[in-house]
Amino acid sequence: MRSEKSVISAKNLDLTFQTNDGPVHALSDVNLEIEAGDFVSFIGPSGCGKTTFLRVMADLEQPTGGIVTVNGVSPEAARKARAYGYVFQAAGLYPWRTIGGNVRLPLEIMGISKAEQADRVKRVLELVDLAGFERKFPWQLSGGMQQRASIARALSFDADILLMDEPFGALDEIVRDHLNEQLLSLWARTQKTIAFVTHSIPEAVYLSTKIVVMSPRPGRITDVIESPLPRERPLEIRETPEFLEIAHRVREGLRAGHLDE
Amino acid sequence: MKSVLPVLTVIGAIVLFWLAAVVPMNMHLVADQAQRDGLVVMPETPVERQEYGGIGLSLRNLHLVPLTYDFVRPRLPSPQQVASEMYDTIFDKKITSKRSLVYHGWVTLAPTLLGFVIGTSLGIMLAVGIVYSRVMDRSVMPWAIVSQTIPILALAPMVIVVLGSMGIQGLFPKSLIAAYLSFFPVVVGMVKGLRAPDAMQLDLLRTYHASGAQGFWALRLPASTPYLFASLKIGISASLVGTIVAELPTGARAGFGARMLVGDQYGQPLVSWAALFAAALTAAALVGLFSMIERITLKRMGMSAA
Repeated sequence: MRSEKSVISAKNLDLTFQTNDGPVHALSDVNLEIEAGDFVSFIGPSGCGKTTFLRVMADLEQPTGGIVTVNGVSPEAARKARAYGYVFQAAGLYPWRTIGGNVRLPLEIMGISKAEQADRVKRVLELVDLAGFERKFPWQLSGGMQQRASIARALSFDADILLMDEPFGALDEIVRDHLNEQLLSLWARTQKTIAFVTHSIPEAVYLSTKIVVMSPRPGRITDVIESPLPRERPLEIRETPEFLEIAHRVREGLRAGHLDE
Repeated sequence: MKSVLPVLTVIGAIVLFWLAAVVPMNMHLVADQAQRDGLVVMPETPVERQEYGGIGLSLRNLHLVPLTYDFVRPRLPSPQQVASEMYDTIFDKKITSKRSLVYHGWVTLAPTLLGFVIGTSLGIMLAVGIVYSRVMDRSVMPWAIVSQTIPILALAPMVIVVLGSMGIQGLFPKSLIAAYLSFFPVVVGMVKGLRAPDAMQLDLLRTYHASGAQGFWALRLPASTPYLFASLKIGISASLVGTIVAELPTGARAGFGARMLVGDQYGQPLVSWAALFAAALTAAALVGLFSMIERITLKRMGMSAA
């Protein structure tokens, strides 16, 4: 299944926001290749441009310089081809739709047949362990379950790429561990390419095949770490020396970024 | 149901105040009449009685107090007089009779509802335009606000007279005034409601490459529902007020507004008061109806009533 073809590529990417307080250099000379089947984490302090980078890939922000391609085409073309599913920080489920209705939303918009819709909703809800909650309304679910429903929504139309912007940032440690584990098994089963923004070092190291360390003002990549950990990762792996070594390197990278200021 | 006791307490307090006010308000008239009927009244001449306030005169003529509650043409009718006038004109008169409050009620209700439908439709259309078009946002909103600063009491007769001279009479001119008052809360509420979705929810639709129309039906319209109901409740009562105001200055012969004016002009305060209370009850019933629809709709939509 896996090819080594580059799915997302950024070359000399630059982005400056014009704000009332003057220009803000959010991304500066960012270069990165993400390959099919990769799980890439972006980590760095706030203001390092990690979310902005993800939004550029999703065509939600326009770069002011450089070239980004997604699946070999521009982010805009990729968005119009529905090439990626996007998971936001908050679940953002529509309160007036049931969980099933929320997962069905992108399918309705994309004009997929009713029978196929029902099929896919059932399948992705099982994938995120929410089978049986289809008819519940969002307020009847916990925060963690809501976020899982929002992942199911992003998976429902079967895009090859999953862009996730701190999806577990607002959840407590225990729920987050559980969801991380589930996300890994989901990634293993679906073979998707995942770009994942986080500010948690253990989360980044536990999940990723590639960790991109970024630093602020201007937002730039300071280190790219290829993880030597196997793809099969029980939670206990977080206590192994290999794991701690990578975590240490990430921490060093983050610290170096801070010293530059 | 928890609100029953507080509501009853407030109503009780108002009725008590009303009952207390009836005596001094009517005492001068009652004293004059009692004297003509041969009763003892203190002091003895009307001129002397004018020296006293209503309360003072009542204290000197405690034996006349019961009469103030049952006076034929009172300055302030007692609650039971209003209630019996309402009962009489609502239940004891044929609906087709010119003295039936049900008849007058319908004459007012029909243009209220028509005006409400016109006003609400216009309000929703304007709100959609304002939310989707920058030009409309800048041009329409200020005029909508200005429109509500014009005293309706000054505008209504002009509209009625101008339309009347063009041969348009009856239901429609009144509906127009009702619509004029009811579109505004709908515009304000719906603009807020349609803009309620946050940037993240809009971004989400963008990632699906959803069209503007899909965004409207799937996100903006449902998100605006709670705001719409709040506006509808204000709009329907504004609509009723608009219709009554339209009936007042133009010599209308039927409707709550006409009854209020007739009672005033021909010295039949009971007629005015009965019409006033019937109008208030109608407004309360309409608002209550919309509250009920709101509760059912929002519950079905999985959103609790705001």
